[in-house]
Amino acid sequence: MSALREALDAGRFVVTGEIAPPLGTDLTAMRTSVETFAPVCDAVNVTDNQGATLHLSSLAASRVVLEMGVEPIFQQTCRDRNRLALQSDLLAAWTLGLRNLLVVTGDDPRGGDHPEAKGVFDLDSTQLAQVAAGFNDGHDMKDRPLKGATDFFIGAAMFPEAEPWDVQRARIEEKIAAGVRFFQTQAVFDPDNLVRAVEVAHAHGAKVIAGILILRSERAIRFINERLAGLMVPEHVASRIIGAEDQVRAAVELAIEQAMWMREIADGVHIMPLGLDAAVPEIVREAGLR
Amino acid sequence: MIVTRPRDWALVRAQLADLHAKRVFIMGCGQCATVTETGGEKEVLAAKARLEQEGVEVTGWSIGEVACHASGQRLEVRKHFGEFSSADAVLVLACGAGVQTTADVTDKPVTPGLDSLFLGTVVRHGVFEERCQMCGECVLDRTAGICPVTTCPKGLLNGPCGGMWNGMCEVLRDRECVHVRIRERLAAQGRAVSAVPLPPKDHSKKLKPGSIDMRAGRKKSRHGGA
Repeated sequence: MSALREALDAGRFVVTGEIAPPLGTDLTAMRTSVETFAPVCDAVNVTDNQGATLHLSSLAASRVVLEMGVEPIFQQTCRDRNRLALQSDLLAAWTLGLRNLLVVTGDDPRGGDHPEAKGVFDLDSTQLAQVAAGFNDGHDMKDRPLKGATDFFIGAAMFPEAEPWDVQRARIEEKIAAGVRFFQTQAVFDPDNLVRAVEVAHAHGAKVIAGILILRSERAIRFINERLAGLMVPEHVASRIIGAEDQVRAAVELAIEQAMWMREIADGVHIMPLGLDAAVPEIVREAGLR
Repeated sequence: MIVTRPRDWALVRAQLADLHAKRVFIMGCGQCATVTETGGEKEVLAAKARLEQEGVEVTGWSIGEVACHASGQRLEVRKHFGEFSSADAVLVLACGAGVQTTADVTDKPVTPGLDSLFLGTVVRHGVFEERCQMCGECVLDRTAGICPVTTCPKGLLNGPCGGMWNGMCEVLRDRECVHVRIRERLAAQGRAVSAVPLPPKDHSKKLKPGSIDMRAGRKKSRHGGA
């Protein structure tokens, strides 16, 4: 049973972190990140070739996280595998003890470090959620019974700041209908936007873990605005960091404020540290979440 | 419309050199390549002039009604029998289907002068956009006449993906997200915007290689049968 699911079902406000597996086989830095998050996080997302750039597989890295005694959220994108490989990896994930699954479309290869690669996208994220839900019901995509079913806690991405909102709302409802039980959102800066997203999810019994990006520098903000999918940092937020004498300090303070108001609206926070892992425990504690 | 683009001229010359072609016959296409201005009369004559200028003899040229029609190309070869016979090679300014159709109806080596890009729409003169990937399983009835398989850079059936911002595409940032366009057009037509997601594509419906006999199973009434 997923401890993340138990916590959310019990109404506890959860905290999730995020790590990127290495480009290579040296797990030292990844383990350090996991150890930093462990005391303050309910679970840690393990990204899957994030930004369409090559990393160790989420499957292997998630297992490493699990063996360290921390609950991983195994991320699976639709970009790199066809439906045979996706289903095979879902079975692998379950047998390796991975209980939380986050299904995402995946960034286009043209924006990554292998722009010559073929983007597979045999399934989209909604369809992949349906497949995982089918596995939980004990059958594969062809309705054949599995010898041993899964019981994944199925999550998906959500974009509370993105317009047009009626399209986003429809997407949330479609993903829930497909079997999604929790959402992790892209970074949210406007509480009203988080409220509208949570209302839709809660109306259908799904949980929302709100995203916080630690905007550690002007350079990070530029990267987000130019490169990161589905997100722009609003001017009034960006200027607060860019105008600060100590940008890291300003970013941490902003994250603490966000965590505090998110606590009143959502079911948890998902902290994306952009390399500033060391700040995560402080943010969680200063916001009174632990 | 099959949209084509001229190959780099140096490459075309290298192809002809590989064939030791001192005498060349040029074939264009009266349909798509004429509209895209890559293999119509103007372009065929320009290629002829350029080859001649560079010392290659052009034995003749022709532009059939449509280069991808086997009987039509056979007719073109017969009409220009002498000019074909004296050529070392045939340069075809048509799509890949036109090149192969020509290669099937002559013993001469055939080489392409164009690259085939996509099946698309003439948006306006000289501007073309891909519209169909010929997947064998049309979804346009569900998507307000906008094909997500073709026009979403990721080919997602259900979207938008997380990269959409203010209705715009993440990959091709100067374009509207096709999934937003689909939903907006459905709404404008009073149709359900949020429906059951489209199921995963059945890739076995895409014939590969494509081959179909429309006459198979047809009644033999033309021949007096009932």
